[in-house]
Amino acid sequence: MNPTGDSTPETDGATERRKKSKKPNYSRFTQQELPACKPLLTPTIVISTFILIGVLFIPIGLASLSASGNVVEIVYRYDIDCIPQQSQDDKLAFIQSSLTNKTCTTTFNVPKNMKAPVHIYYELDNFYQNHRRYVKSRNDKQLRSKAYELETTNCAPEATTPDGSPIVPCGLIAWSLFNDTYSFATQSKVIEVNKKNIAWQSDKDHKFGSDVYPKNFQQGGLIGGAKLNESIPLSEQEDLIVWMRTAALPQFRKLYGRIERDLAANEQISVTIENNYNTYSFEGEKRLVLSTTSWIGGKNGFLGVAYLTIGSLCIFLAVAFIVLYLLKPRTLGDPSYLSWNRNPDGH
Amino acid sequence: MVGEGLTTSEEGEEESPIPPSYRHHRRNSSSAVAASCDGFPKHSHVRHPSGADTERLAASQRELAESDSRLVFLGDPGLSDPRFEMPRNSIRTAKYSLIIFLPRNIFEQFRRLAYVYFLVIAVLNQLPQIAVFGRGASILPLAFVLLVTAVKDAYEDWRRHRSDRIENNRAASVCDPHSGRFFSKRWKEVRVGEVVKVLANEGIPCDMVLLATSDPTGVAYVQTINLDGESNLKTRYAKQETMIHPPGEDHPVDPAGFIRCEQPNRNIYGFLGNMEVDGKRVSLGPANIILRGCELKNTAWVIGVAVYTGSETKVMLNSSGASSKRSRLETQMNRETLLLSAILIALCLVMAICNGIWLGNHSDDLELAQFFRKRDYSDRDDKDENYNYYGLGMQVFFTFLMSVIVFQIMIPISLYISMEFVRLGQAYFMIRDANLYDESSNSRFQCRALNINEDLGQIKHVFSDKTGTLTENKMEFQCASIRGVDYSGGTSLRENGEEHCIVAASNQILKPKMSVKTDPELVRLLRNKGESEQGKQAREFFLALACCNTIVPLVVDTSDPKQKLIDYQGESPDEQALVYASASYGFVLIERTSGHIIIDVLGNKQRYDVLGLHQFDSDRKRMSVIVCCPDKTIKLFVKGADNSMFGVIQNKVDLCMIDATKANLHAYSSLGLRTLVVGMRELSRKEFEEWQSVYENASTSLMGRGKLLRAIASNIEKGLLILGASGIEDKLQEGVPEAIASMRQAGIKVWVLTGDKQETAISIGFSCKLLTSQMTQIVINSQSRESCRKSLQDAIAMYKKFAAISPDPFENILTGIVSTRVPMALIIDGTSLVFILETELEEDLFKVATVCDVVLCCRVAPLQKAGIVALIKNRSDDMTLAIGDGANDVSMIQMADVGIGISGQEGRQAVMASDFAMGQFRFLVPLLLVHGHWNYQRMAYMILYNFYKNAVFVFILFWYVLYTAYTLTTAITEWSSALYSAVYTTLPTIVVGILDKDLSRKTLMKYPQLYRAGQRDERYSLKLFILIMTDAVWQSVAVFYIPYLVYRQSTIDGSSIGDLWTLAVVVLVNIHLAMDVRRWNWITHAAIWGCIVATAICVIIIDCISTLPGYWAIFKIMGTGLFWLCLLGITVAGMLPHFSAKVLKEYLMPSDVQIVREMDKFWRIAATTSEIQNE
Repeated sequence: MNPTGDSTPETDGATERRKKSKKPNYSRFTQQELPACKPLLTPTIVISTFILIGVLFIPIGLASLSASGNVVEIVYRYDIDCIPQQSQDDKLAFIQSSLTNKTCTTTFNVPKNMKAPVHIYYELDNFYQNHRRYVKSRNDKQLRSKAYELETTNCAPEATTPDGSPIVPCGLIAWSLFNDTYSFATQSKVIEVNKKNIAWQSDKDHKFGSDVYPKNFQQGGLIGGAKLNESIPLSEQEDLIVWMRTAALPQFRKLYGRIERDLAANEQISVTIENNYNTYSFEGEKRLVLSTTSWIGGKNGFLGVAYLTIGSLCIFLAVAFIVLYLLKPRTLGDPSYLSWNRNPDGH
Repeated sequence: MVGEGLTTSEEGEEESPIPPSYRHHRRNSSSAVAASCDGFPKHSHVRHPSGADTERLAASQRELAESDSRLVFLGDPGLSDPRFEMPRNSIRTAKYSLIIFLPRNIFEQFRRLAYVYFLVIAVLNQLPQIAVFGRGASILPLAFVLLVTAVKDAYEDWRRHRSDRIENNRAASVCDPHSGRFFSKRWKEVRVGEVVKVLANEGIPCDMVLLATSDPTGVAYVQTINLDGESNLKTRYAKQETMIHPPGEDHPVDPAGFIRCEQPNRNIYGFLGNMEVDGKRVSLGPANIILRGCELKNTAWVIGVAVYTGSETKVMLNSSGASSKRSRLETQMNRETLLLSAILIALCLVMAICNGIWLGNHSDDLELAQFFRKRDYSDRDDKDENYNYYGLGMQVFFTFLMSVIVFQIMIPISLYISMEFVRLGQAYFMIRDANLYDESSNSRFQCRALNINEDLGQIKHVFSDKTGTLTENKMEFQCASIRGVDYSGGTSLRENGEEHCIVAASNQILKPKMSVKTDPELVRLLRNKGESEQGKQAREFFLALACCNTIVPLVVDTSDPKQKLIDYQGESPDEQALVYASASYGFVLIERTSGHIIIDVLGNKQRYDVLGLHQFDSDRKRMSVIVCCPDKTIKLFVKGADNSMFGVIQNKVDLCMIDATKANLHAYSSLGLRTLVVGMRELSRKEFEEWQSVYENASTSLMGRGKLLRAIASNIEKGLLILGASGIEDKLQEGVPEAIASMRQAGIKVWVLTGDKQETAISIGFSCKLLTSQMTQIVINSQSRESCRKSLQDAIAMYKKFAAISPDPFENILTGIVSTRVPMALIIDGTSLVFILETELEEDLFKVATVCDVVLCCRVAPLQKAGIVALIKNRSDDMTLAIGDGANDVSMIQMADVGIGISGQEGRQAVMASDFAMGQFRFLVPLLLVHGHWNYQRMAYMILYNFYKNAVFVFILFWYVLYTAYTLTTAITEWSSALYSAVYTTLPTIVVGILDKDLSRKTLMKYPQLYRAGQRDERYSLKLFILIMTDAVWQSVAVFYIPYLVYRQSTIDGSSIGDLWTLAVVVLVNIHLAMDVRRWNWITHAAIWGCIVATAICVIIIDCISTLPGYWAIFKIMGTGLFWLCLLGITVAGMLPHFSAKVLKEYLMPSDVQIVREMDKFWRIAATTSEIQNE
């Protein structure tokens, strides 16, 4: 219809109408037109990505392999060797008895020069420090401050003595503290083992209180492991602190100490082991490890191999894609590939 | 004579307050649906309310039983029916109050299954034997989600409270029953029975029965726009019995008066009741009640008695929530969720069995093993006591439950919450889209349902209403046929240089608000004073148009004080068009009171007394009016549908003229015009008096009044002289043909379902390019089941014949690829559908309909529309969309997978029932092709990605658990586990789900074929799910085993390696997402990289808490080169398969979307040339 009479009210109400209009305000955001980058995987980008990864990964792989190769590591499994021949049939009785002499001695040869510091680790296998029953059995509040001495939540079954006084440090983890000891000598000259600073400084400063002293510890019916000197605060019980950083996997190493001098190649080192810790009840294994370190940590070739594999795979893929692009060229954005152009329809 | 006429008319008015419900058939049927859809079964049988209302009204005297009626005592709220508690007039849309908010909101939230899952897991975790996580970490995700939802609900409720308060505190003027004085009262204090006065332009506080109005005849006009969206004024009447003594200062409310009316219900078009005042009993109908939500217009004041208040008012009873539909993607997603549950249970079973085996193998060792310590030695009294060990069976069972807790996020519950956020964001952008804003009605796009956004990207069938959806429903008078002569050469008045102005008193100019193109020949004929037969009939024709209607002229002021406009208000747009047309030809309706009308006939004001009016009903399909002309002749004017009118013409007629008129009518309807035939008869005095007496009797009768009136009307409407016929154009909406073409290219089939005649429907089909001349039309237009069966079988035979020519079109239809073949169109009418729907013939119809390109259904009833939608919905997987504007489309809108309401001329019922509402049909194209496409792509990717990211995490946990003697220890801290799906990875998926765009709006509009990606389920399928889950397994292997192998036999502690795993998985899944993002803007960058940084910060914060075992671990491990090499290696190794597969797929098997993306980037020029080739 022809709005003949509308002209006057139209102009009259124009301003008002504009105010009332619900027309959405234009903005690049609301209209979904923000400036944007639209990346596409063009052959150039794909091939250069693969080549770049290859070029980056292969040298890293080589570097880590050589770093790992330079690490000198001596591993010695002693849990069976340290049981006298006559007790081999009943290792458990041997280890549980308080009467048997558990000292054992062995010597080994240093294969290569080992630069100081040489790290001494003990390695346990089949010991589930990540077992749910075990890993939860601790109380970090109690460890931290004397004020929380009575706090033994989660610590069962090593929470309190039968008369109800709290065990400090409570819980299975502390109770099972590793208690084998090692001493090293070369040609009857004792090698110093530095057991200072084997734990994390952050743990010593903030996690284990300097006013918390062991109490009622390891006095239950079953001895789990080491006893603690009740006159030394927890923050200085470094073996305990190391032990209480529970390992991620059932096969793990823990730092025992450091030898602060170089070990020359072919040096004969004799080790005296106090074999106290019971791993025989669960078919665990114990090893002594002496190792130097490098920037990738201990001796582990896996990372290097992995990097080399990924790197070379990428180079291979780059070549494969070059071949593909040459054999089956496709013009990007060629409309003749569109489904409706391939199957022309009726309209 | 005049006096007599006047009294008669007044009496007629008194006794028969005519509900002005002359409407064309579609309007009538629409109200019927409204009643049935409102779930008010009482009226569902009503097919034609205009006729039936009066019938019911009469019947109501008996029907209104004591039990289901309420008594309202005038002016005395205290006395009102004690059997029912009647609420005060305060309304309450808010859901909660301050006190019940917490319990009620929590209850509402837990009605969702996802939250129950959360809760069960959290409760399981509280059992001491299986407590995997600490209290805090286990409740955190649930608490977070509950809190977010509660805050959202609280905010919404606060807004509702505020608007309720404003509404409740508005002032109403209430009559004190004793003094009769009106005093001010707040709306919320108005009670049933109180007498309320409402002034012009005020809102009506409650549903009330009119007692008196400022008009001496008792007429009041109300605008119901808030109630049903119709902007026309509706006429309401006060009963004469109450009009005599309006309550007020001089006349206190009659204390004996009472109203008996039906119980509150949702039907806004119905009301039943009767009133006793001054000892007289009067019946009340829908025309005597004004409803809350309406506004009083054009009437100085009305006085009424409140009958329904507050929550019982019809407007409140009608405010229902949005429909709850489920999107197809969500349904498919549930299938994958079930699969994931199966995987979850499998993982848990593996865990439980392995744990059992391990415990069995080590049963001898466990008493002493330091890490297990089965026996409790602390209790020395009982050496056999076990510590925390309940026997093998129980341990296995506990392990199973614990694994469910640890692996819980395998079922991505956070996905449901993210999806809601994403839909909210998508809705925000759809609402804000300037392309979906309708200038003419000033309406934005509305998202009424928030859970089916992505369905818009998968539609295959669109069912469209015609009038008001494809067309504007703005009727325009186009041509007239008078005495068989066609006048259709309309030119605008301005071109003619003359305008019709009527000079009213005191030099004021009155003119109609709109003018219509006029045919100069016809104008000349009318002006010519010569008494040619043609001219006389032409004048009678326009007089009939001006008289025979229920239009109310309103005089509107303009800025020019000398000029006033006449605005014709009425319920039927067709009548409006006719009255505007007659005004343009010089027959201007100026005034209507209940007894007479004043028409300016070519410059002379003339008064016509309206002696009787027979309303439109769909049996007669015509209406008539009896007027007393200034020359004292009494004339009957009738207008109606052609087939009904040609049945009642006088015997001795000029057959040539009739044939010519019929030919003209045929020509008009082929042009898509709506036609009406106008006839008249001069009544002799005797005839009139006879009629008058029966009419009076019928009007006052209490029983079957409607039926009687209809019989009287049929009796008098005969032997008519056909004056002529009119053709009214219902204009196509802007852009409809283009929209239909785009949709067809997009593989969407458009079906039109209309109540119109077959010819009109076909012509509209042609004008909107739905039908083309190349199409073979299959017309099914049968009167019996047998002929329907035959037509269908013929049609099947026909398409089989075509199928023989081109290979398997049926198959092609299913795959969405249309091969070169003869396009077919099916045209079927409502009568045939009656025989087909819900019988065994349905199957045949389905077959025929699916091979046809176009289906046109004409003369269909509202419920048949739903039946047709159901035909497709039940027999195929295709997504259906229904679009309509009227109440007659409600059933179809609710039936379809997606219902769209056009917020246009007709009421709001379609919008209220719809999932989305918009202003124009053509918006369907950007809505489906652009927003639908985007929403589908985004949502589909988001669902798959969420499955993947949670699965990666779960598998990492699983691999680790294999090395903890199957005891469900996690190296990743419990806080990180809890935060992983809530904080570490959620934001980027939401941002990408809202903002990522595979293609620009312009491209999507240019290539509608791209829409088929959604129809083909290209972005979400079981295959894609399996692929991405395989990728998830590989990536979890990369994340877990690279650090595992690197740190094996080292001093690494659980917390440190856990931090490495946490960071690695977050980096990996975010890089994965980054690789699939198609459009990077600053928000995407911020979300993805920000999330990685946020994760690092969270991990650092967790490791700064000295009471957690992992204290300082992250700083220690980040200080080593090995950590960074692991991270880099994991990322590259993890992404390598995905990246290579993606490159290969995009290069060797590019999807349409991919190619167009490439075109967008490199081949803009080529794209345009190919387009030329295409055309």
